[in-house]
Amino acid sequence: MNTESVAVTPEEHFQDKVNREVKIEPRDWMPEKYRQTLIRQISQHAHSEIVGMLPEGNWITRAPSLRRKATLIAKVQDEAGHGLYLYSAAETLGISRAEMIDQLHSGKAKYSSIFNYPTLNWADIGAIGWLVDGAAIMNQVPLCRTSYGPYARAMVRICKEESFHQRQGFEILLTLSKGTEAQRRMCQDAINRWWWPSIMMFGPSDDASPHTAQSMKWKIKRISNDELRQKFVDVIAEQVKILGMTLPDEALAWNEARGHYDFGTINWEEFWNVISGNGPCNRERIAARIAAHEEGAWVREAASAFAEKQRQRSGGKDEKAVA
Amino acid sequence: MISDKFLYTLFLADNALILGHRNSEWTGHGPNLEQDIAISNIALDLVGQARNLYQYAAEQYNNYRDELSGLITSPAFNQVQGPIDEDDLAYLRDVNEFRNNLLVEQPNGDWAKTILRQFLFSCYQQLLYERMKQSADLQLAAIAEKSLKEVLYHVRWSGEWVIRLGDGTEESKRRMQEAIASLWKFTGELFIAASFEKALASAPTAPAASTGAPGSPMETSLAGLVPAPESLKETWLEKVAGTFRLATLDMPANSWMQQGGKDCIHTEHLGFLLAEMQYLQRAYPGSEW
Ligand SMILES: [Fe+2]
Ligand SMILES: [Fe+2]
Repeated sequence: MNTESVAVTPEEHFQDKVNREVKIEPRDWMPEKYRQTLIRQISQHAHSEIVGMLPEGNWITRAPSLRRKATLIAKVQDEAGHGLYLYSAAETLGISRAEMIDQLHSGKAKYSSIFNYPTLNWADIGAIGWLVDGAAIMNQVPLCRTSYGPYARAMVRICKEESFHQRQGFEILLTLSKGTEAQRRMCQDAINRWWWPSIMMFGPSDDASPHTAQSMKWKIKRISNDELRQKFVDVIAEQVKILGMTLPDEALAWNEARGHYDFGTINWEEFWNVISGNGPCNRERIAARIAAHEEGAWVREAASAFAEKQRQRSGGKDEKAVA
Repeated sequence: MISDKFLYTLFLADNALILGHRNSEWTGHGPNLEQDIAISNIALDLVGQARNLYQYAAEQYNNYRDELSGLITSPAFNQVQGPIDEDDLAYLRDVNEFRNNLLVEQPNGDWAKTILRQFLFSCYQQLLYERMKQSADLQLAAIAEKSLKEVLYHVRWSGEWVIRLGDGTEESKRRMQEAIASLWKFTGELFIAASFEKALASAPTAPAASTGAPGSPMETSLAGLVPAPESLKETWLEKVAGTFRLATLDMPANSWMQQGGKDCIHTEHLGFLLAEMQYLQRAYPGSEW
């Protein structure tokens, strides 16, 4: 293509690619705000995966059967893997993992607020899989087509595993729902506590969402918060019937005219409070991340000191440490 | 004896479960993401091995209930109706019925201690499984063979970390040396036969295709089914000493060895671990999860 004869700005050229669904790659020119938006979004997503390991990790040592224990370890380990892919995707935009982790620890970077809620009974592990991984999938499937190549490719891998997590979560609840009276109570209790936070995961309403319009134009975001939320409510309102449980919303009702479920008003005051640090577990979550990082410092130092010694011993030729 | 093989299978299973459980305590808290994934992976391997072994133990128990039922006296276990399964063995036995080695129940401590515990145990487990895969008991042989691939990786991974930490910084070396000081005394019992091991190991292991087929243990001579633990000691010591040498770590002088795990006399730590692990099964008996 001869671009010299056509007077296009880099910005126009970029937008043209986006419009034609050509993926933007790390070496391509991109608007600085596009880069910043992506760094913010991808790192926030990576942090969510990592912080999300904590509420579920809580139950690994208490999982009620060996099979559940194994699948829960595998699930939490998957989330660590998601964090890795996403940190790598963000690194292609010119930020290091260490910087991103510092931003998480300092509170500068956010993570999904859902993980500031506590896991109080075993059914919470099922509810998280079904509702939280479920909401994440709803959010993330459109991201498999997001305009930035490395992010889109990371999301394809992640979405496959997330849908597996969701099925496992639902299966935990299904087992409880067919169990004893005490187990059914656990199940309903977990749904009651996780329902509202999970529909908050789609973020503020479109009219209160500052970044939506620009992100849609750049095709970072492809479907609006409210549309995704509605889709999620419609799916879950049906699935909860299979469990013989209810969602804690009296306003929930099928609306024939709209072809969707109506649902009650979200408590946005709670949403903004949890985001800004006042959730039940914000402090514990960050404290746990910082503790792991700080207690790991001597290990990371030892590993690099050893790698350096190896390099010197081999006269700098063999870069490969025993990693 | 039927009961010796049952106890031996439990002993193997308990080792795998308790160490897997300990490692899983790291999940979400590792020194970096890559190592968090690695230690969780080892946890997963070990829990998987434990499941295979408990399933086999449950099969033995269900087939020879009359001979075996006296061996487990915990009230929770004895309330189980009908055939038992892997979870009944893991969740309903009391602490004084677990036969794992003291080494695997020791708390994680820091990364050095966790790594060393894994290395000391995995080296032992490798030698044990390499011999056990030739056992005339085809199920034990199959489990050993299947697990060996994983165990070889555990040995390599933990051995590399022992070297890296021993020969890393001053601090990492000090921490490794402390880990050795706290764990070494639990390695002795790995190589001292408990009564059930003596009974099973008292003849050389001979691969035999037809004997010991699953479901027919009564007709099988059980002697020589498993390696005598004493016979693994020298190779184990060589491997550990070799790795310590590369890691510039001092081998401990011969010291007092604490025994008891295989005879169900544990350190204080195991009771807490089980209280946490077993509480749901105990609090809601007879439930499906
Ligand atoms: Fe994830
Ligand atoms: Fe997930």
